[in-house]
Amino acid sequence: MLGGPINFVNPLSVLESPGTLTGDFYALNFEKKAKSGRVILNLGPQHPSTHGVLRVLCELDGEYVDRAEPVLGYLHRMHEKMGEVKTPWQYIPNLGRVDYLHPLAWNWAYVGAAERLAGLEVPERAEYLRVIGCELNRIASHLLWWGAFVMDLGGFTPILYAFEEREKINDILQIITGSRLTMANFRFGGVCADGDERFFRLIREFIPYLRERLKMYQGLVTDNIILRRRLEGIGPIDVDMCQRYGATGPILRAAGLPRDTRRDYPYSVYPKLEFPIPTGPINDCFGRYLVRLREIETSLAIVEQAINQIPDGPVIMDKAPKATWKLPAGESYWAVEGARGQIAVHLLSDGGKNPYRLKLRAPGFSNLSLFAEAAQGTLLADAIAILGSLDLVIPEVDR
Amino acid sequence: MDLSLAIFVQIIVAALLVIGLMVGNAVVMVYMERKVAGFIQRRPGPYEVGPWGTLQALCDSMKLLAKQLYRPGNVDIILYYLAPILAFFPVLLLFLPIPFGPYLTALNVNEGIILILAFAGLGVLSNLLAGWSSNNKYSLLGAARAVSQTVAYEIPMILALLAVVFQCGSMDLKNVTEQQGAWPWEWNVLTQPLAFFIYVVSLVGETNRAPFDLPEAESELAAGFHTEYSGMGFALFFLSEYANMLLVSLVAAVFFLGGYKGPVADGFWWIFIKAYAIMFFLVWIRWTFPRVRFDQLLNINWKWLLPLSLLNLWLTAIIVKLLI
Repeated sequence: MLGGPINFVNPLSVLESPGTLTGDFYALNFEKKAKSGRVILNLGPQHPSTHGVLRVLCELDGEYVDRAEPVLGYLHRMHEKMGEVKTPWQYIPNLGRVDYLHPLAWNWAYVGAAERLAGLEVPERAEYLRVIGCELNRIASHLLWWGAFVMDLGGFTPILYAFEEREKINDILQIITGSRLTMANFRFGGVCADGDERFFRLIREFIPYLRERLKMYQGLVTDNIILRRRLEGIGPIDVDMCQRYGATGPILRAAGLPRDTRRDYPYSVYPKLEFPIPTGPINDCFGRYLVRLREIETSLAIVEQAINQIPDGPVIMDKAPKATWKLPAGESYWAVEGARGQIAVHLLSDGGKNPYRLKLRAPGFSNLSLFAEAAQGTLLADAIAILGSLDLVIPEVDR
Repeated sequence: MDLSLAIFVQIIVAALLVIGLMVGNAVVMVYMERKVAGFIQRRPGPYEVGPWGTLQALCDSMKLLAKQLYRPGNVDIILYYLAPILAFFPVLLLFLPIPFGPYLTALNVNEGIILILAFAGLGVLSNLLAGWSSNNKYSLLGAARAVSQTVAYEIPMILALLAVVFQCGSMDLKNVTEQQGAWPWEWNVLTQPLAFFIYVVSLVGETNRAPFDLPEAESELAAGFHTEYSGMGFALFFLSEYANMLLVSLVAAVFFLGGYKGPVADGFWWIFIKAYAIMFFLVWIRWTFPRVRFDQLLNINWKWLLPLSLLNLWLTAIIVKLLI
């Protein structure tokens, strides 16, 4: 047989003899709905542009994506269940593993939910340290997204520039968190360590440095004609679509709605800090790209104000909960703004050793769910640009 | 009889030398590509193996030689193994008419450029066969892209070269070189700037290099038409890709940059300096620009390069007619 079988789909053959097709449950169901003469392409779970183990089934008409369907669960690690079998204290390091690019926001969501349930008071210096850490971490996450996104578009170099800045942020955060990737310095009632003189000095040096670099990126990447042609007008996602799927974060803001948990449901010391909410003039891939780059500047402004305002004092409350601490019975919900959207933790406790039920609201999951609609009818290369512009972190999507 | 035997021996010797050149070029290019990429990306590049990492290419080729030739199931065995060989061998012939020096030509052909263009067109066949026989959808998509891209970009490339042929009145590469002088202001690039520009752009498309590397677009098609090749199968594609780059750069050097002619002393060093300068440029843009989309790639060709090259050809014809 010349060239071997390239599974051009004939839906009738599936109905007649379902046993002859190879493929798993998802592929078989996906193929049943395919029109004749289409190619089913399985993007992932090991594909360079899915950044992890996302799998997308695509029905291709030539190079056009007729239908796309994300298949999840390849990185499901039962984090929610683990929250029910571990004590709250033991569970904190898990949060850094849920989203390894913005671990401190997840720390905050869980610790915040527990603090609200137990009514703990957090010292002001600890709140500022949390804001500084969280915002620096957001910058690192956006930078890595920026590099990976341009890599999806075929430009390999920017990710190495992004990593250089990210290393600097990791150097800073290492001082207060002790780790560089899955950070977990939040404690119930504060943070575990105070920033020393070197910590603040490095941040003061880093802020003007990154501002200079962002100008360079503007000229080198953002204004590149090829990049603009690849992004402008591709994958428009409007407010209505975001609300139907529950998409939050930069995607919703790029669509034109200035929703930000830091502003809408203010927590911690964010009300004392002045920062704009960047919204996109356009709701396509380029709009989302610009919103994220502006958010880096916003976060820099927040960090700059925070290190100037930070008061002296303890970084953890007196009589802070210890490892054997039990949550009081009750229910609480706490939402923070992560790099990818609204992160929320719903905590239900019956007063026992472990929480009774834990629900993690991952923004990536909602953001990914609109991909099927957004990618419909686009070229394969555009579908990959759209997938990249959603800024997915698969461990967070699957949890 | 004596004469034909002499030519036969000459061609055999030349072919052996060309194989040596291809391999040497691949070694130089692997090192250059990785080192230049390293400098562009603010990292040292290879530096472990040998002084300044110069033996890195040797290590890479040893790895490729020692690797198992893995063949996935359901491939068309004959075409699957034929494709990399087909990619490699036409390139051997392409180097024969290139005048490397005043007396250093393997085979003096009157219509050298036609020989080169004819056999350069064969390269796409191997991509097509590789993509088709691999029984992989990514490979098939990559092959389909490779064919439409290479066929499209060959046309402005030929038309750009044809303008120089009109101007020089010769298809003999040696003759074209001889009509240019040693200094940059005596080169054809000054009289044919538009043709040179069109040629360089379509050269990138023809050799499937970034930003026009659609057939092997990594983030979309894994590795495109050579996804299923490992070991020497992949290495042959790799070799022929670099040899193709060298060839189109040599042709650019001959047609636009004075070939082996240069200040102080003519010789093969000048043509290689010029060709590698163009290849450095190719490496440079590869690591700087993102990839264009496929429809954009074809639009650049059909809507801009082709009309421009036709216009250029037409202008050249009129000017040549008026002057002679």
